[in-house]
Amino acid sequence: MSPAAALPQTGYNFAYLDEGTKRMIRRAILKAVAVPGYQVPFAAREMPMPYGWGTGGVQVTAAILGASDVLKVIDQGADDTTNAVSIRRFFGRTAGVATTTRTAEATVIQTRHRIPETPLTEGQILVYQVPIPEPLRFLEPRETETRQLHALAEYGLMHVKLYEDIARHGHIATTYAYPVEVAGRYVMDPSPTPKFDNPKMDDCPALQLFGAGREKRIYAVPPHTRVRSLDFEDHPFRVQRFERPCALCGAEDVYLDEVVLDDAGGRMFVCSDTDHCETRRDAIAHGESA
Amino acid sequence: MSQAPLLRAEGLTKRYGARLACDGVGFDLHPGEVLAVVGESGSGKSTLLGLIAGETAADGGSVSYRMRDGTVRDLAELGAAERRALMRTDWGFVRQDAAQGLRMSVSAGGNVGERLMGVGARHYAEIRAAALDWLARVEIAADRIDDPPTRFSGGMRQRLQIARNLVTAPRLVLMDEPTSGLDVSVQARLLDTIRGLVAELGLAVLIVTHDLAVARLLSHRILVMRGGRVIETGLTDQVLDDPQAAYTQLLVSSVLAA
Repeated sequence: MSPAAALPQTGYNFAYLDEGTKRMIRRAILKAVAVPGYQVPFAAREMPMPYGWGTGGVQVTAAILGASDVLKVIDQGADDTTNAVSIRRFFGRTAGVATTTRTAEATVIQTRHRIPETPLTEGQILVYQVPIPEPLRFLEPRETETRQLHALAEYGLMHVKLYEDIARHGHIATTYAYPVEVAGRYVMDPSPTPKFDNPKMDDCPALQLFGAGREKRIYAVPPHTRVRSLDFEDHPFRVQRFERPCALCGAEDVYLDEVVLDDAGGRMFVCSDTDHCETRRDAIAHGESA
Repeated sequence: MSQAPLLRAEGLTKRYGARLACDGVGFDLHPGEVLAVVGESGSGKSTLLGLIAGETAADGGSVSYRMRDGTVRDLAELGAAERRALMRTDWGFVRQDAAQGLRMSVSAGGNVGERLMGVGARHYAEIRAAALDWLARVEIAADRIDDPPTRFSGGMRQRLQIARNLVTAPRLVLMDEPTSGLDVSVQARLLDTIRGLVAELGLAVLIVTHDLAVARLLSHRILVMRGGRVIETGLTDQVLDDPQAAYTQLLVSSVLAA
C-alpha cells in the first residue's frame, strides 16, 4: 500500500454511511439485541462492493464504529486476504480509525466465516457477514411461512434437516452454518462459520452482531447469552477434531486450513486464524512457552 | 352413536365475489365415522374442506371441535399457535396432489418423522423406528426409507402422505380426492390401506371425492353437494341405492358399471 492510498478520504461522512442511515441501522441493532436471535429487517443500502463480499457486515460496522475504535477484519480467519484487506482499508480511509490484526487489541472485529481463536472479552464486538440469514430457508422457501415458524417457535423442520444428514451420512454431516438456538427461543443461522466455532458463541462475553446485506436482516447475540447447537439425544452435537497440530505453530484444538503445497499430493494443515498462529510463533521465537 | 360429535360445522358460507362456493353447509362428524362429501367439479367440496381446515377464511358459519381434553372449541377462536399444533397432532390432511402434502426433497423417513420432531421428538433412532413402522403399515418397503418422494410412484406418494399424517395418531383426517389420478388397481390397494387403517385406529375421516365408488367403499355417511349447497345427506348405502334428490339420482345413474 503506498502512503498516499492510506490517507483518509475526504468528501465522505465518517465511516462512509450518512448519519440517517447509521441511525436506522442502530435502531435495528438495538432491537436485535433486545430479541436475541430474531432477524430484524433493515433498509440495507448499496455499498461500494458487490453483494457476497460483506455488505451486511460493513453496514453494521459502519453504524457502530466510533473514532476511538480499533478495527480488525478477518476473512476465513485470515487478516491478509483480499476481502479482509479491502474492508480494513475501506474503514481506515473513510473513518480514519486505527486498524489492527491482533484480536486482543481490537474493539470491533468484522469477520467472514470464523470466530477468532483468542477468547473474546467484554467490550469487544464481533460483526459477522451473513449470506443467508434464514436457517430454515432450504427446507421452507416461503418467507411468509418461515416467519410464522419463527413466531410460533416451530422448529421441528430444523431437525428434519439434521435427520436427513444422519439418514444419508450416518452422522450429522452439517459442518458449517450449523443451526443454533439462542436464549432458549429463536433458532439462528450462525453464518457459514465452521461448527467448530459454535461453542465459542455460547456465553461469549463479547457482543455478536450479524448483518446480511442482500437479505436485509440484522440479528444479534448479546453478551453472556446461551447459544445451544441443535442435535439429537442419540447423536449429540460434536465439533470436528484434527488429527495433527498446526504445522507452523504446533497449536492443537484450533481450526486448521488445508494448504496444498504441490501437485504431488503435498499438503500441510495450518491455523486458519493467522493472528493466533503468528502470536504463537512469535512467542516461541522469543523462547516463551507456547 | 350417543357421544357428542367430534366436529360440528354449522352454516359454513364462502363467497368468491358474487359467486357462492359454499352456502350454509352444516354437518356433524362423530369419532370413528367416515363422512364422504360427493359432487361434481365446482360443487364446493374442496372449498368446504378448506373451510374446515381453516385454510380458507369463512364468510359465515362456524366449526367447533372437541379437543383431546374434552372441551369443545370454536376453531375460529383458536390462536395461530393452537390451531397449527392441532393441525399437526390431532388432525391430518391428505391432499390430492402429493407434492403439496409432502416435502419432495426430503427422504420418506424425514417426511414421516417431521411431525414427530415437530412435537418434540429428539431421539433419532426412535424417530426412525416410528418411520419404519409407519412405512410398513402403508406397505412401502423398508429399503425405500431414505428415498425422496420424487422417486416414488403416484400411489406410493399417497401412501407416504397417509403415513406422514397418521404418525402422531390424529383423531381426524381430512382427505381431498386421495385416489384421483391413480390407475384402478393402485386405487384399490390404496383404498384397502385406508379402510384398514380407519377401522384399526378408529379415525374420523372427512373425505372429499367425486368418485361414488370410493364413497361407497370407505364412508358410513354421505353428503351430496351441488352449487355450494348440501342437497342430500344420509347413510351411504341409503343415498347411493335409493337416492331421493333428482341430482343425486342423476349422479348415481351416471356411474358406469364395470
